[in-house]
Amino acid sequence: MEKLKSPRTGGILVLCAIIAILPAFLSNAFQLEIAILIFFNAIVCIGLNLLIGYGGQISLGHGAFVGLGAYGSAILSMGQGWDPLLAMVIAATFTGALAFVIARPILKLKGHYLAMATLGMGIIISIVINTEDQFTGGPDGMYVDGLSFVTKQIHWYWLIGGLLVFSVWASLNLIHSPIGRALRAVHGSEVAAEVVGVDTTRFKVMIFVVSAVFASVVGSLGVYYSNFVTPNIAGFFHSIELVVMVVFGGMASTFGAVVGAAILTTLPQFLTFLHDYEHLVFGLILMLTMIYLPKGLVPTIAAFFKKGNKS
Amino acid sequence: MSAEFLQFLFSGVTLGATYGLVGLGFSIIYNASHVINFAQGEFVMMGGMGTVFFLGLGLPMPVAILAAIALTTLFGFGLERFAIAPARGANVVTLIIITIGASIVMRGLAQVIWGKEFHAVPPFSGDDPITIGGATILPQSLWVLGITVLLVIALRFFFEKTIMGKAIIATSLNRDAAMLMGINVRFVLFISFGLSAALGAIAGILISPITLTNFEAGIMLGLKGFCAAILGGLGNGMGAVAGGLIVGIAEAMGAGYLISEYKDAIAFVLILLVLFFKPSGLFGKTGTERV
Repeated sequence: MEKLKSPRTGGILVLCAIIAILPAFLSNAFQLEIAILIFFNAIVCIGLNLLIGYGGQISLGHGAFVGLGAYGSAILSMGQGWDPLLAMVIAATFTGALAFVIARPILKLKGHYLAMATLGMGIIISIVINTEDQFTGGPDGMYVDGLSFVTKQIHWYWLIGGLLVFSVWASLNLIHSPIGRALRAVHGSEVAAEVVGVDTTRFKVMIFVVSAVFASVVGSLGVYYSNFVTPNIAGFFHSIELVVMVVFGGMASTFGAVVGAAILTTLPQFLTFLHDYEHLVFGLILMLTMIYLPKGLVPTIAAFFKKGNKS
Repeated sequence: MSAEFLQFLFSGVTLGATYGLVGLGFSIIYNASHVINFAQGEFVMMGGMGTVFFLGLGLPMPVAILAAIALTTLFGFGLERFAIAPARGANVVTLIIITIGASIVMRGLAQVIWGKEFHAVPPFSGDDPITIGGATILPQSLWVLGITVLLVIALRFFFEKTIMGKAIIATSLNRDAAMLMGINVRFVLFISFGLSAALGAIAGILISPITLTNFEAGIMLGLKGFCAAILGGLGNGMGAVAGGLIVGIAEAMGAGYLISEYKDAIAFVLILLVLFFKPSGLFGKTGTERV
């Protein structure tokens, strides 16, 4: 029973239950679509949260990794006629390798300099995608065939939902492993971590690569699901959106990343009735939440309940 | 010097001066609060759009310009008072997200009021190009350069000679010590945001007659201003201006001689190269971490 209460097992069970019963409450294809989008975003955010929340690093360019996965898959499967799954693996490998190469010089940087470098990297990749239109179709984007064995939307729901559960499980295990402890040490104080013998650079690079691969795989699956990709996926705004989801839900909380992704993916759908005022209201909600719940939703709520239990 | 080179240089310096002013705004807020203000570009947009708006009300040009600067400055004050001050003590990433929220709000507001189309601010003194050494320069470019130089001199005077300026510098060096010396740190923050917003607005008003403006015009200008600030070493005001000029000239030369499709990427390639070799910018202090 104790085990069920721990966030690792209990949380995953709750998540599984929600994913299992959710389709019963979704009445149309559009709502199912939103749920799938939430799963996609949540998986990227879980990876990004490892980097931001646990590693204490920042990336304002993760949209570019999603974009590399998406376009890698699109170009290899459509242009070269490769099998979509092989294309996805190759795209993820390439993205991971690229992240590995740039990680060392980039992660040497601190704070705002790191923010600038990741932002710059993201923008360069997005401009390349926009410009090299003979491969990418330019700003108009390109059409991509889906997966032959997952055609129905509900099958996509189960596939991506399953992947989300796996990602949460993998992330929680990583955090509670020696690697996770080393990462938290890096977050606390890099110098102190080094003094006690943690190879900080190695861990930072590793987590950067892991989060880039998460992003790339989601990018690939995303294009197979939607059959279409435009350069916006790699753009500055997508990168910012992802960071906002992580911080909104609560940094250093895997379930926070999931909740952040869920709320910020759904919120714009609820605001569409506002038409022109949509962005204005969205920005205000974002500001007010961050001003009054600076630690993000999940940690704030968790702290509230802990306090309540004690009194 | 060939006329072509001179031509690229003129356009590079003009744009670069604008980036420099935007970068200066980033630096002032960073110094006072250690926040990177992602709404800085929206201050630039507000300046240009505000001028168009007040001109539309029938105000004469100088009055419209002053009104636009005043409006933007109010937004700067408001951002500090209602968003940054209440969140004091939050971690840096949270503060950044708050400024991103503010930028979304300001863009949303501009879109609601002024729509999505492009607007033009008329040039200050006609648009008959002046020919120098075979290259032409717009009178507006001279306005951009002249006012930038004046602002830089005025700011140096402000920071070195006035009590308020010295208080801002003291706060940036050591907030607690400044507070113990009787400096009203909260007021310093308030003034810094206003000053920074005013600088952004001026940059926007100066460049709008050349580039046009719309509700999204601040995004790229803001990001390149951020490049300028980082290139010069974050918090180093003169470094930011120099950084802006370097980014502007590199962009104009790169687009002119190499690849015009990649014009917008040049600033970011440059900043990555510099950061790989000098992790704290060209003129930034190499920091040591206190344990």
